Amino acid sequence: MTTATAPEVTPGTTGERSSRARVAHLVQRQGALVILVFAAVAATVAFDSFGTQRNLTSIAVQASFLAVVALGMTFVIMGGGIDLSVGSVFALGGVLAAWGSQHGLLVALALPLAVCGAIGLVQGLVIARGGLPPFIVTLAGLLFARGLLLLITDEGSTTYKVPPGAAFREIAQGKLLGLNYTVWVVIVLFLLGGLVLHRTSYGSTTLAVGGQEDAAQLMGLPVMRSKVIAYVTSSLLAALGGIMIASYTSSGVTILGVGMELEVISAVVLGGTLLTGGAGTVLGTLVGVLLLQVIKNIINQVGSLNSNWQAVVSGVILLVVVTAQQWLARVERR
Amino acid sequence: MTDPTITVTEPRTATVLETAGVTKSFGGVHALRGVDFSLAEGEVHALVGENGAGKSTLIKVLTGVHRPDGGEVRYRGGRVDFAQPAAAQRAGISTIYQEVNLVPLLSVARNIYLGREPRRYGLIDVPTMERDARELVERLGVHIDVREDLGRLGLGAQQMVALARAMSVDSRVVIMDEPTSSLEAREVATLFDVSRSLRDQGVGLVFVSHRLDELWQLCDRVTVLRDGRDVHTGRMDGLTRTGLVSHMLGRDAGELARDGATEFGESHLQGREPVLSVAGIDARNTLRGVGLTVRPGEVLGLGGLLGSGRSETVKAIYGALPTQAGEVIVDGRPVHRNSVRHALRSGVALLSEDRKAEGIIPDLSVRDNIALAVLPRMSRMGIVSESRIDKLVETFMGKLRIKASSPRQLVRELSGGNQQKVLIARWLCTEPRVFLLDEPTRGIDVGAKAEVQSLIDELAEQGLAVVLISSEMDELVEGADRIVVLRDGAVEAELDGADLTSSALLAALAGDIAQADAAAQEEDR
Repeated sequence: MTTATAPEVTPGTTGERSSRARVAHLVQRQGALVILVFAAVAATVAFDSFGTQRNLTSIAVQASFLAVVALGMTFVIMGGGIDLSVGSVFALGGVLAAWGSQHGLLVALALPLAVCGAIGLVQGLVIARGGLPPFIVTLAGLLFARGLLLLITDEGSTTYKVPPGAAFREIAQGKLLGLNYTVWVVIVLFLLGGLVLHRTSYGSTTLAVGGQEDAAQLMGLPVMRSKVIAYVTSSLLAALGGIMIASYTSSGVTILGVGMELEVISAVVLGGTLLTGGAGTVLGTLVGVLLLQVIKNIINQVGSLNSNWQAVVSGVILLVVVTAQQWLARVERR
Repeated sequence: MTDPTITVTEPRTATVLETAGVTKSFGGVHALRGVDFSLAEGEVHALVGENGAGKSTLIKVLTGVHRPDGGEVRYRGGRVDFAQPAAAQRAGISTIYQEVNLVPLLSVARNIYLGREPRRYGLIDVPTMERDARELVERLGVHIDVREDLGRLGLGAQQMVALARAMSVDSRVVIMDEPTSSLEAREVATLFDVSRSLRDQGVGLVFVSHRLDELWQLCDRVTVLRDGRDVHTGRMDGLTRTGLVSHMLGRDAGELARDGATEFGESHLQGREPVLSVAGIDARNTLRGVGLTVRPGEVLGLGGLLGSGRSETVKAIYGALPTQAGEVIVDGRPVHRNSVRHALRSGVALLSEDRKAEGIIPDLSVRDNIALAVLPRMSRMGIVSESRIDKLVETFMGKLRIKASSPRQLVRELSGGNQQKVLIARWLCTEPRVFLLDEPTRGIDVGAKAEVQSLIDELAEQGLAVVLISSEMDELVEGADRIVVLRDGAVEAELDGADLTSSALLAALAGDIAQADAAAQEEDR
């Protein structure tokens, strides 16, 4: 009875959503992909060396370090937070892994993950339980991790080398089907990340917290736990990125990761994740990372250009994409 | 078996949620002073009261947001003490807030099942979740795509999704805190249908609304709160509007205002041409074609219950509330719609209801607070003439009898009444033609109240057109030369001359006049 007599509620947009809005929606979510494809095609046409298997593999490997870190950042940003510590944690993870590799593969993996995981745990607890702003807490984390790194390397003058022939080298230098293991790691982690985000209650809780924290709280969702997990994951993945780069370069390079957090954040935002949290895809983040890497590669192809141009171009593209997203979101809403 | 000769007049219903002598205070302010409230299974129970009566506090106690200081809450026969909202929800008490408390960026289906998603192999089973969600919203008579982001739906549809979520957890109690305040009429009808069907399934519903009509449409019983106490509980049918309003305001319909209870003097009308004339103001969901005029030297009272659109009306005149239609004319010149700047320049000033949030700057001195409004005019090429300001401030402090040790004293050190005078002085510096006063005497002590009241009188004497909003009937009846009564965002009645009495005001507030008219029209058909 009720159903039959109830006046229908016509919600504003369904059904009458214009095709224009649909296109806007698609472009807003996949804008980076459009630019990536365009840039890749243009580069293939312009430079003979771009489309070679060797160059593409190099792009994939270079991108894999950033991608792993960006995956963790995606979860943090979707949950409405930010993690500025990833660059330092990444470098610390690399140095610890290089040092640990002298004592075997297990130490080289376990040590950085344990130390960096602990940093993430502390940050997560302070943010979730103490209610402090993530910006400040992870800024402290950035300083702490960088300081720790300088302490154990004599202010950066000691570079730990991975012993020749160590199994640890295989992580980034070994290949499967012509692709370095690190690339496979990225593929597996991103598939897993997508599954976690869209198919587990942890994922929906994270999105709910980022979208409307008060509502998530009132719905009785485990808000604190989701935050803590996000920061621990972010630190662990940053450490993993560090392990990968240590294996790739066979050493613990101390100057890595400075400013990396900003590059990671731009990759995530380029990928369509809202900086305010609540929406986004992990696939988008991967696209964002690749886009930044392709830009770098193209600038390198133009031999005459100063390498600083890559930062300039990345900055411009970030601004354009974010502005376009904002504008398209408005078109979509109409 | 019961004796067949005994007729059962009412179906026996079990109490599902009740409070006994619940008290709650915040920093010495008593919000609840011992409230007994009981909700039966399968009833819609209205909870009404004016501002500060304790409705929201009671709801927060019931839903585990606040813990009571004294008394107890019983749910399904046992005493409960919910530590947090989640605990109350798990027990089966759902709340639907005025502001939808869902996640706009997630899909409808996700919002309904957040935290309780159906799973398969440990992962969320999206097809099942969406199918169940579709069935659920269709049972509510709502036709929406459950995969759509919630934020894309209209507010009414979002409210329905909140209800669907409540249903999906098998709630025994659903508390709706002003769910209709932002809904269109059509959406309200759907909400009511859904509420009735929930009631028929044995759910107990608590319904809070400022739209009195809705109470009779939907509710079975009502509890009236006033000053933190339950002053009336009974069935809705058999209760008249005037009866309900007198319970809310604590007045008998027959009781007349005691003469001289306020400091207001006689009428001081000057001139016939209105300074302010307002016509046909429409604002989404709040105002419907409001019109009024004020002549120089006149104090126009603006009456109405909470949610009737009083504050919204003055805000609209001041340009601070977006309006869709309407005309405001000051001194014969139209004021641009939705522009505070232009309203100010035309000579409109608004003393807002919430002086802490919207007016006073506690850490500035009396002088600086007063001077804020005139700084642009007191400066030449960006340089402020200190001596001119000093002079002006001194004049106003004298005129308004502001009690401060010096113009340099910080405003936060002053009493509420003197803070209010500082604000009034600030506005007077702008030399307004029309002064809109929203609850100018709320929250200040008796002595200061009298001073502010006589100040309002003086302002009118000097030829200002004053619009006065007050929840106190005495203040309105004695202070105003004429009263415009609003109800549900429209002008309900205008009282002046012999009609300017408390009882007439009470009847108009309750909307009995319109009801009588409507009934007559119905018969004509």
